Amino acid sequence: MLAFFAQYSKLVDQAGINALLALSLSLSLRAGHLALAQAAFMGIAAYVGSIGAVDLHWTLLESTFAGALAAGIAAAILALPVARLRGIFLAIATIGFGEIARVVEINAPITDGAEGFSDIPNDAGTLAIYAALLATVAALFLLGRSKWALAIAATREDENAARGCGIDVGLVRTTTLVSGAVIAGVAGVLYAHANFFITPGDFGFPRMEQILVYCVIGGVTSSTGAVMGAAVMTALPETIRFLHDYREVTTGALLLAIIILAPGGLAQLWRRHA
Amino acid sequence: MLIQQIGNGVFLGAVYALFACGYALVFGVLDILNLAHAAIYMSAAFIALALAGAGVPLLLAIVLAIIAAGLLGILLDRVAFAPLRRRNAGTLAPLISSIGVAIMIQGIARAFFGSDDQPFPSGTFATAQLQIGSLRLGVVDVTVLGVAIAMMLALSSVLRFTSLGRSIRAVAADRIAAALLGIDVERTIALTFFIASALGGAAGVLIGLEFNSVSVDMGARIELKGLAIIVLGGMGSVTGAVVGALLLGCVETLSVAYISSGYRDAISFGVMFLVLVLRPTGLFGRRSLRAA
Amino acid sequence: MSAVPRLAVDGISVHYGGVHALRDVSFHIAAGEVLGLIGPNGAGKTTLINAVTGIAHLSEGGVSLDGRRLDGLPAHRVARAGISRTYQNIRLFPALTVEENIRAGAFSRRGAIREHELQALLERTAIAPTELPHVASSRSYGTQRRIEIARALAAEPRLLVLDEPAAGMNAQETAHLRGLIASVAREGASVLLVEHDMALVNAACDRVVVLNFGTVIAHGIPTAIARDPAVIEAYLGTSGAA
Repeated sequence: MLAFFAQYSKLVDQAGINALLALSLSLSLRAGHLALAQAAFMGIAAYVGSIGAVDLHWTLLESTFAGALAAGIAAAILALPVARLRGIFLAIATIGFGEIARVVEINAPITDGAEGFSDIPNDAGTLAIYAALLATVAALFLLGRSKWALAIAATREDENAARGCGIDVGLVRTTTLVSGAVIAGVAGVLYAHANFFITPGDFGFPRMEQILVYCVIGGVTSSTGAVMGAAVMTALPETIRFLHDYREVTTGALLLAIIILAPGGLAQLWRRHA
Repeated sequence: MLIQQIGNGVFLGAVYALFACGYALVFGVLDILNLAHAAIYMSAAFIALALAGAGVPLLLAIVLAIIAAGLLGILLDRVAFAPLRRRNAGTLAPLISSIGVAIMIQGIARAFFGSDDQPFPSGTFATAQLQIGSLRLGVVDVTVLGVAIAMMLALSSVLRFTSLGRSIRAVAADRIAAALLGIDVERTIALTFFIASALGGAAGVLIGLEFNSVSVDMGARIELKGLAIIVLGGMGSVTGAVVGALLLGCVETLSVAYISSGYRDAISFGVMFLVLVLRPTGLFGRRSLRAA
Repeated sequence: MSAVPRLAVDGISVHYGGVHALRDVSFHIAAGEVLGLIGPNGAGKTTLINAVTGIAHLSEGGVSLDGRRLDGLPAHRVARAGISRTYQNIRLFPALTVEENIRAGAFSRRGAIREHELQALLERTAIAPTELPHVASSRSYGTQRRIEIARALAAEPRLLVLDEPAAGMNAQETAHLRGLIASVAREGASVLLVEHDMALVNAACDRVVVLNFGTVIAHGIPTAIARDPAVIEAYLGTSGAA
């Protein structure tokens, strides 16, 4: 048992971080907003946390707090100009934001640029990651039982009708964006400390696509789905290792199959079976 | 020196324009952001590379690669988008399925060709140069510009003067009304994808030739740039894509030459962001903000 | 007559582009009164509703609810001030359950809906309790219309705006709707009813406002309106049920 864990602990850690990322995106998606800036928030927090840990000798807790705060502030600022954008326009604007963040990370002198930032203390273990995940899942579970969940779902279904019911759609958008950013920020700092080396390329569009894939495969509108999707997609490369060069093709094919045959993702398939 | 830089900018812009036109066409007709476009761009470059390596004359290899890209586009639609259309699946689903296909294409390319940058076999193209005033052009540059201009003129003519062009514009305006008018919507969509993917594929082949380098990752570099271009130009507008691409090509080349190269990408995305916030329809777009 | 009307619409105009959708429209609704709003298609009825509910921007004039100015407020604030509405083309939350749809209406009022209040709403709008767990989009057309009304009533509005609620309803359903409107008015809420079904308008409304080309062309009790030459001309001779 211990041997299994030792061999797969890296994977388990990765899965935990990916689950956090998926959960952070799922909030915006549940509100019907294609806000694809999670990877950027992750990166911002990772850099803030890492720079603090290395240059200012912050503890893990301090750098996580600072990173999440930085991500939250970035989201609050981003929410303003994109307030009136919908659908694919919102997606593109947030992707653009991500690219701007990435370029800043490459060029700002404090980040050591494209070669990456290293020597981050390797103190984010499985315990820290899963504690954060558990806290997030618990918080989202409580959210699911509150009026907020209904407001978020109504916003997704029909924004104008939601307004007619007295729901402040703008507030829903901003809160889901900022809360999602904070969660992504926590994941970012943990990622940095777990890998003790980060580059701006870790937080670009490919990462964003990955996070989107976790949510879609698991099921866009539920927390369970997000976690399932992250777990499956993190484990997948390992389980299909025997396919060697055809792993990438298999991943793409799986994504295609799910979106066409089971658009509600794994969560939907699970519900059908249960 | 400035003329040379502008010239380079125009060449780069011309190829960007081909790529962006493909994006704009699909978005204009179907409201889909096709994230597999860059993968087809990359595939065409590899197909041209493989053909050239097999001894096929360069010009023929280019043409065949472009046609292959077009066919790939039709296949893409059949597999990834048509089933979703039947279901009325919304905005997110086609985006995701295009990502799925893109990953598959990348995987296949990587399995066959590996991850490294690959040059065209030596002797593929002549190294003669032309001199016009203070502008120096290689044979490759002329070929690239020539093919790009030819294809964009062809696109423009098709859209403006042929019945296919009319069908495409009708389907773009209102799919249901077009069907009621007797237009074969599915066939029109398939041909739209053929054209769009051929354009994207052409861009891939030409970039590969211009820089003499083809790699599985080349799609990633241009993908987001193409996005910035169509936003700037107006998302459903082909004219906008061309204008935006030329602008971006020149701005990029000039800023690399005269300002720091590091923030070059940030400029295009910064502009894109501003456009989305201030004037989402872009320079030439005819669509207003989509409702959720 | 109380001094402050429930709804006061004073000289409102709405224009965008070069189009004058509404021009100098004024009327009042008293507490507990049912006002009908009729007019040919394109007359500006929906724009007027959108202006009252805060969706359309007023170019001139003002809207007040119980003396409180509402113009300029965002739509969700107008809803919370006490105006609820239904829509011409039903706008439920399609993937949510019937119960969730109705409970969503409660965001406009203080406190969530208690169980007995929910049951009362169901009874009033003739929705069977067995409907509650089903997804709203799977319900019949008539049921969906009633769900929308229940959602609007869940907000305990001071003004209920109904946009062509009888469209697609049969005689029995329309009669039930008439009774529902009457009971809402009896409880002190005001109703603004936009309709083409003249029989329903005549039976349910205390007064009627007639709109054409964005202006009010007639204003009075239903029987007088039916005989008004300007109204008859606007409808080109059609004065019976739609």
